[in-house]
Amino acid sequence: METDVNTASALCEIDRLGIAFPGPDQQWRHAVRDVSLTLAPGERLGIVGESGSGKSLTGRALLGLLPPNARMSAQALRFDGRDLLAMPQPERRRLCGREMGMILQDPKYSLNPVMTVGRQMREACALRSPGMVRREMDEQILAALAAVHIRDPKRVAASYPHELSGGMGQRVMIAMMVSNGPRLLVADEPTSALDVLVAMQVLDVLDDMIARHGTGLIFISHDLPLVGAFCDRVAVMYAGRVLETCAARELNQARHPYTRALLAASPTLSGQPGPLPVMQRDPAWLESADGDPA
Amino acid sequence: MTASTTRLARSASYRAWLLSPEPASRAQAALGQAYRRWRRLVSNPLSLCGLVVLALLVLVALIGPLLPMPDPTIQVLADRLLPPGSPGHWLGTDQLGRDILSRLVHGARLTLAIAVLVVVVVVPIGMLIGTAAGFFGGWVDRVLMRVTDIALAFPKIVLALALAAALGPGVFNAVIAISITAWPAYARLARAETLRWTQADFIHAARMQGASRLRLLTRYIMPLCASSVIVRATLDMAGIILSVAGLGFLGLGAQPPSPEWGYMVASGRNVLLDAWWVSTLPGLAILAVSLAFNLLGDGLRDAFDPRHGD
Amino acid sequence: MRLWQGGVRLAGWVLTLATTFAGLLAVTFFIGRKVPIDPVLAVLGDRASASAYAAARAQMGLDQPLATQFYFYVRDVLHGKLGTSLLTANPVIDDILRVFPATLELATLATIIGILIGVPLGVAAARRHNSAIDHVARFVGLIGSSMPVFWLGMVGLLVFYVRLHWVGGPGRVDPAYDDMVDMRTGSLLIDAALAGEWEVFFNAFSHIVLPALILGYYSVAYLSRMTRAFMLEQLSQEYIATARVKGVPEWRVVWRHAFGNIAVPLLTIIALTYSNLLEGSVLTEIVFAWPGIGSYLTGALLNADMSAVLGCTLVIGALFILINLLTDVLYRIFDPRVRT
Repeated sequence: METDVNTASALCEIDRLGIAFPGPDQQWRHAVRDVSLTLAPGERLGIVGESGSGKSLTGRALLGLLPPNARMSAQALRFDGRDLLAMPQPERRRLCGREMGMILQDPKYSLNPVMTVGRQMREACALRSPGMVRREMDEQILAALAAVHIRDPKRVAASYPHELSGGMGQRVMIAMMVSNGPRLLVADEPTSALDVLVAMQVLDVLDDMIARHGTGLIFISHDLPLVGAFCDRVAVMYAGRVLETCAARELNQARHPYTRALLAASPTLSGQPGPLPVMQRDPAWLESADGDPA
Repeated sequence: MTASTTRLARSASYRAWLLSPEPASRAQAALGQAYRRWRRLVSNPLSLCGLVVLALLVLVALIGPLLPMPDPTIQVLADRLLPPGSPGHWLGTDQLGRDILSRLVHGARLTLAIAVLVVVVVVPIGMLIGTAAGFFGGWVDRVLMRVTDIALAFPKIVLALALAAALGPGVFNAVIAISITAWPAYARLARAETLRWTQADFIHAARMQGASRLRLLTRYIMPLCASSVIVRATLDMAGIILSVAGLGFLGLGAQPPSPEWGYMVASGRNVLLDAWWVSTLPGLAILAVSLAFNLLGDGLRDAFDPRHGD
Repeated sequence: MRLWQGGVRLAGWVLTLATTFAGLLAVTFFIGRKVPIDPVLAVLGDRASASAYAAARAQMGLDQPLATQFYFYVRDVLHGKLGTSLLTANPVIDDILRVFPATLELATLATIIGILIGVPLGVAAARRHNSAIDHVARFVGLIGSSMPVFWLGMVGLLVFYVRLHWVGGPGRVDPAYDDMVDMRTGSLLIDAALAGEWEVFFNAFSHIVLPALILGYYSVAYLSRMTRAFMLEQLSQEYIATARVKGVPEWRVVWRHAFGNIAVPLLTIIALTYSNLLEGSVLTEIVFAWPGIGSYLTGALLNADMSAVLGCTLVIGALFILINLLTDVLYRIFDPRVRT
């Protein structure tokens, strides 16, 4: 069952997105095929898939972050009703800075290693509010860091990224990207590099910040149960296609065999102890046949 | 089926056998890998160019002196400084009347010989030192690497010049002089590769099966380092040829009347204003050969790139 | 604790410097002993009597064991005594100090050219990977590692001096302007400008421009290749994506973020370029009759003046080693990831 969002009021609209890369023998490798997704304002959409399913690329296409050798094609790519495909690059960059945010997997790599945290946050601040004075910016930064439960905002603001722990780094990223209230946040495996307890803390902070600002979320992960718990809707991707989309609370009644196999492969505390089923991959899943059983 | 179609079918089946994703023997796997790398190499037009030029160089070096050409060392003063395009002297003559084309062809043999000699001396020594340092570790590693680091910190050209000056001019001494300054880079490279492979699981597995350390070193680790050393050696050849030419330019290489290219450039200095071809043409030859090695080396590096999956 | 750690690291660096320099001394010492020409005969001539030979030999210390000879050699070198030149009959160290500034001037100008042209070229090539400018940069780099510098110098002189008369010829200035300016800084350009002798300045400039451009070509090739490689690596990093999402305009992403990350490695590369050019000057100066250490060295080589040859080798080698090891230190000081 697919829940569809009224496209007129959608925050994001991806219609028949395709992304291809030049391969070693002059062939094109299609990493994303025919993907269509919509996101309502304030909604949380999870995109789940294994490595190579194209989920990260889909998120990056929306933000305009594809590598230069990628070839993208789409029927439509819209944000807030505005056509992203026709938008000139500088304007798109500005739109991204004001209204969108992104959190990546490892803050040691996703933050500039030779700039202090404070300086990087100041940069984001200055781009969004050009007239602000340094003192005001510093106040805002410290407030943002405190809002993500960082106990010593001043010390953290003066630190370099490699001096912070993984969880603290992710909270800094959240503070930098979400504290001004963007309309869309793309989180690409935000907790995959963290241990479970820290991941829970980071997700709590993320939850709080998103709810506070009504930010729409695209949560990209390989962890189906986690996404099912955190998001409103889930899209399952395999080999560049979206196989199934459903509401998170209806995940147990998912119909596509791949989704069912993913669910069956996660052990539960209440289930029968015993060997987990091995997924049998059906080559038919690679076909372009519409996955919509309806 | 006609003869050509059977031939076509046979070559297609050879190809299929080489490219088979499940090789049945070590030989088939090794040949298949070599074939795949060869295909990648020649699909790059620039490295193909380099390969062709070098093949030409080897050909010229081997059979060139057998061709009917004027003797490169005999002076014919009546024919001094003829420009290129003169009858009988396609590339002109130098100030002693010697045919430049002939001298270039004979010089190709010298240039190639010296470069190959240097590589043949430097690569085994460097690899031996590097793999020993990486494999045995401990104080062996520290001593060898200290020596290598010190040698790497020396200025190459100046030291080669000083050595060549001390040993006296000549081909053999030029080879020694360049070799002494070139080996450290290979030792470093071999050590880095060795360190990468010594931690691999299959080395541990082989050791547990009872392979002696010597066997591990020679039959496992060294062949693995071979491909990056080959790439590095090809790229370095360009620099070695330039060094040889530099020594020759200063009179420290092959002695006259040997037609060494660097020396030919130097000898044309006095007549540069009136007879530009005496210096310019040997220099172009040096440039062409050096460029060919660079292009081939770049192509080899791409072809051997482990990211291609083999 | 920090101080102790810093002190240990400094001591380690000094030790490395000392052992490397000792290695250089050992190598030059052995080269000196390997000379096929008997050094005694070189001084006395063939006809010396046996007793004169023995006396000279003792005076030169050649009858001592090798280790003692090495000790005396090191002691002399550390006191700046590099022997006497056969050609000029001056102490080698005096000769070197006299000619070195000319080489420094040339190498400095060539490095500046390399930085001004090579670095932006490398950045542009990395930004527009596989575009026209990228191919130009790679071509420049390829030719730069294939072309003999002495040949390029000769061709350059032939074309730009002899045929086109665009630049001055060999030498540092026209003979008419020789000795017109007091040499205070060692750089003829700077001294002429300081003294207000603009005719001399422009003449000196016309003489230095071609060798500087030729040597500079090699530094452009090397610097653009390294800058391109560094920038390509940085531009594929995640923090660049973060910056772009923040809305940072592309030019700032390239120059403030990516370039900021390569500034320190690039500085060390520039230092290495400088030392490479000091070496490259050896083959260039002879073509341009540039009165620097390169010409001095090649002159000594052609005349088998081993004291001068080894003296130059020691000085250039010591500088080379110093610059190479200094780049290591630079890295540790400036890179925040290594500092803590």
